[in-house]
Parts: sequence; C-alpha cells; structure tokens
Amino acid sequence: MFDRLRFVPIRLLQSIPVVFGVTIVVFFMVHLLPGNPALVLLGQSATPERVAALNEQLGLNEPLFDQYLRFLGNLVQLDLGQSITYQRPVTELVADAVPITLSLLAYALVLSLVISIPLAAVAASAPGRVRDAAVRAFTLLGQGMPQFWVGIMLILLLGVKAQAFPVGGYGKTPGEHLYYLFLPALTLAIAMSPTTIRSLRASTIAVLGSDHVGTARSKGAAGVPLFRQHVLRNAAIPTVSIIGVNLGYLVGGSLVIEKVFAVPGLGSLMVNAIFARDFPTIQAVALVVALFVVVVGILTDVVYTAIDPRVDLASKERA
Amino acid sequence: MTTTPAPPAVDAVQAEASAQNPAEVTPADAGRPVRSRTLKPWYRNGTLVVGLVITGLLVLTAVFAPLLAPYDPVKQNLQDALQDPSSAHWLGTDKYGRDVLSRLIWGARVDLRIGFLAVLIPFVVGTVVGALAGYFGGWFDTVVMRVVDVFFAFPFYVLVIVLVFVLGAGESSIYLAIAAVSWVAYAKIMRGELLVAKKQDYVVAARLGGMSHGRILLKHIAPNVMSQALIYAMSDIVMDIMAIVTLGYLGLGIAPPTAEWGSMILDGQEFITTQWLQATIPGLAVVVTSLGLSLLGDGLSDHLSPERRK
Repeated sequence: MFDRLRFVPIRLLQSIPVVFGVTIVVFFMVHLLPGNPALVLLGQSATPERVAALNEQLGLNEPLFDQYLRFLGNLVQLDLGQSITYQRPVTELVADAVPITLSLLAYALVLSLVISIPLAAVAASAPGRVRDAAVRAFTLLGQGMPQFWVGIMLILLLGVKAQAFPVGGYGKTPGEHLYYLFLPALTLAIAMSPTTIRSLRASTIAVLGSDHVGTARSKGAAGVPLFRQHVLRNAAIPTVSIIGVNLGYLVGGSLVIEKVFAVPGLGSLMVNAIFARDFPTIQAVALVVALFVVVVGILTDVVYTAIDPRVDLASKERA
Repeated sequence: MTTTPAPPAVDAVQAEASAQNPAEVTPADAGRPVRSRTLKPWYRNGTLVVGLVITGLLVLTAVFAPLLAPYDPVKQNLQDALQDPSSAHWLGTDKYGRDVLSRLIWGARVDLRIGFLAVLIPFVVGTVVGALAGYFGGWFDTVVMRVVDVFFAFPFYVLVIVLVFVLGAGESSIYLAIAAVSWVAYAKIMRGELLVAKKQDYVVAARLGGMSHGRILLKHIAPNVMSQALIYAMSDIVMDIMAIVTLGYLGLGIAPPTAEWGSMILDGQEFITTQWLQATIPGLAVVVTSLGLSLLGDGLSDHLSPERRK
C-alpha cells in the first residue's frame, strides 16, 4: 500500500505551478481595480496622506515584478499584510477563521454522507421504480436551489417555526458549536448530496450486478448487511473523486452560507472585507481557499488509492 | 489526468453521464455526424419537451414582463407596505409597498437575460481555445492547461465575487467576471473532445486530402464535437443564474431598486418571521428556472448523443 503512495511526492511537485499561478492571480487582483487602487480602496476617506500611506503599505509605487516578488517573499514568511479595517495582521484573522470553516465543511461532509448513502442505496435497489424516481426528483431539486436560499428556508422551518435550532452564530463550547453549526452544515450537505447520490447510485447498480454480490446473495446475504459488507466499499470508489471535487466547490458555497448564518469563518471574513474594501483580507481569503482546493485534490487522490487496491497512480504518473 | 481537480460543473456533467451509463464514460463516438445519432424525433423526448416548455414559458414571461406585471415593479407605496397576499396583490407587497408578483415577473427579465447572455463569451472563448489546444497540442496546449488548472483551483463563487468587487458592481462587471471564470470549463471539455476527434479516420482522411487545418476544424470537426459544449452550456446557464442571484443576495449584484430575485430574497429575509412568502417566492422562481434548464440539458444530451446514455 505504501508502495502505491509513491505518487504523492510527484503529485506535490506537480501542484507547484498551480500554486504559483494562484499567487499570480491573487496578486494581480489588486491591479484590476480601475484607476489608482489606493484611491479606490479608500473611497470617501481618501486624503493625499492616506493614499500615499496605503500606496506604501501595498507597495504600489514599485515596478510590478518587484511588487510580485515582495508579495511572494512576504507570503513565504506568512505575512499577508495588515487588515485595513481590523488593524490586525491578516494572517491572524485568517488563522482564527480557518478552523471554523474547516469544521463546518467536515460537518457538512458527514451530514451529506448520512443523506446520500441511504438515498443512493434505496434508489439503486429498484432502478426505474417509484423510489428511484423520487430520489432523482430530490437530486434535481437539490441542484436547482440556490444554497443561501436553502439556508433561509431551513431557518424558516427549523429555526423560526419549529424553534429547534439557533438561526445564527457559532456558540462557545464544542457542544454548542455542533448545535449552532447544524443548520449551516445541513444547508451545505443538501447542496452537496445530489452529485454524491447520482454517482453512488450508478456505481451501486453496477456493483449489485457483479459476480461477488451474486455469490453473497446465494449464500443468503440480503438487505442492509449485504449492502454494508459487499457493496458499499466498492461502490464508494468512484464517488470519492466526485466528493473531492465537490468539496472544493462547496468551499465557495460555504462562504455565502456563513454569511447567511453569521458564522465567523472565512466566508464572513471575506464578505465583510469586500464591503469594507479591505483588500489584503480579500486576497488572503482567496489565496487560502484556492490552496485548500489544491490540497483537497491531492488528498482525494490519496484516499482514492488507499481504498482501491487496483488504483496505482504511481505507475501511471511515470508512464 | 486524474490528478487535476476538475471543475464542479464539468464533473457534474460527467457524473451525470456516468450515472446513466456507468460502463462507458469516454466519448467514443465523436466520429459520427450529429444527425445520424438521433434515434427519435425531438418532440417524442419527454424530458426535452418539458424542459423546453418550462424554459419557454419563463422566457416569454421575461420578454412580456411589461404586459404581464400588474404594477410598476419599482414604484414605492409606503402605506401599502408588507401586505399579505390579496386579490389586489396576489403575492403581497414588500417593505416599500411594491407588488411582489410584479417584481418577480420583472426579476425574470434581469436574471434570465444575464444568465443567458453571460454564457456567450465563455462559450465562444472556451470552445475556441480548448479546440485549438486539443487539435494542435504542443506548447499552446501546455500553457492553456496550466492556466485552466489555476482557474479551477478557485471555487467559482470566490473568483466571481472578488472580480465583481474589483471591476465595480453592475451588469457589465458580472458578464466579465463570469466570462473570466467559466471559459475554462468549456476549454477543458472541448480539448477532451478534440483529442479524440483529431484521431478519427475522417479527420486523417481530410488532412491527407490536403485540406487546411482551419477548414477541417470548422467544416468537419466542429459539427461533431459541439454537442458536449452545448449540453454543458445548459447547466452553465443555471450556474450563472445562481451566481447572479447569490451576488444579488450579498448586495453585490444589480443595484436596487431594480427587481432581481437575489436581492428580493435579501429584502424578504428581514421579515422571515412575519412575511415568509417574501423570501420564499423568488427562491422558488430560481428553482423552477433551473429545473427547466436542467431538464432541457438532460433532454438535449439524450437527443444529441443517445449512445452515451442508456
């Protein structure tokens, strides 16, 4: 198994150009601002002194290439600049927010599996029948709903009408976190489920038709035990890569959902920074999120290799 | 290329294709002309027809909004604010006393117009760049694919939100931001199609016959490979509408008082405890729109490449 993970170092090397590209995009964002960025960022409160100071802070007086090198140099030292609104190092703000967003995503991932696995199993058990069609209707609707609107509807149904869950905030203790993050995590889980269900349904149908399941059936296995012992692991393999991609997509969604539920993670940080025209913070969040997507991509390949002994990315990479 | 993160939407398309036919995911039939693939007339394809009807009705609503809407969507009437649904105002009124139904109808205009127009630039740019990269390969292909990888590292919303902020709020910024982000998905799809198509016998034959690259691409390959990009465009329109609505909800989209579904949801959220319809209705409008377009996409996919599905 460890032999098959030889591809990891190569995979890490391959992501270096992507990471460089990401830093270039994030760096140039500030230069897309029309006119003098410092003037635009300061807006109403622009005075010649403040413009000069901000130009200095953002290093906008130097040649472009020097600016980029300085940006990279600071980045390596984890210096992402000073937040214009909070007057704190951006790194600190991001470090506070990252664990919150990560736990929200992990929570959402668990909930989405809790939703997807049974639904996919139910649909796959009778392709083309009513329950299959019902699950398909759920996936179609799930994909068609704006995520933030799902959040608002959950607030309406479970928060306002049923009064079962808090409609915003994050809580203080770990137990409270679980309770407070339930609705936002459920919102993201609903957004994530349709593609997971579709993939899992298709692979389950394929696995159900295979010889080893026929053998297990002839030995008397049926129902949930059959599914758990003989089907799920095989059916999960193609779904893993879909979940990996989805997770990256979900980060984008979580930024908006955090705003809906006032969860103090990266999303709230970014949206607030946008309204405050706090460019260093916006850049930092964009950077962190993109790096997260790159890392998730690598992790997906590792998990993929780990659960399927047939996958050998190492040999494919050399070919 | 299992190693590069695919775009969510492209992957959704692929997931869909594999969901229908798990045994065969690769585009194997890129060589046959489009028309011979059609097994039954389009009007016998239920999914396609339902998708067309829903989308068609929505487009008609948007086009004829000035005739259909009972009230002016932006005219304030403060003494009638926050009314429940009645015979005068079927869906009630918002906090400024504006008729919600009229705003919903006019909102279709804004959201559908931007959604449909926003796919045009990325569709053209992405398919052309992807086709050239796939057909010619070499350094151009390498550069394009590296750029595509970089763009795929950013979640769709993050880049769109930041770009709209940087370029300044407004419709043209939304077009530019969406174009900058979503061309990569078309490029990736078309590159994949071209990698298969350029090895087909008819292309090799045309080349041996002395035909120019441009002519081969336009006359012989394009008709055979466009269907995948077209099918993807349907789900891309849905994604763009989601983006516009999300931007509207965040207060970064079309400026008030213009009626737009996302900002209507934002306005309605304030009164979620008393007037829950206000936030619910515009969201349902988005759901119906994306349902129509999804069915249209599924139907088109059945119609244009039935052999990829069961």
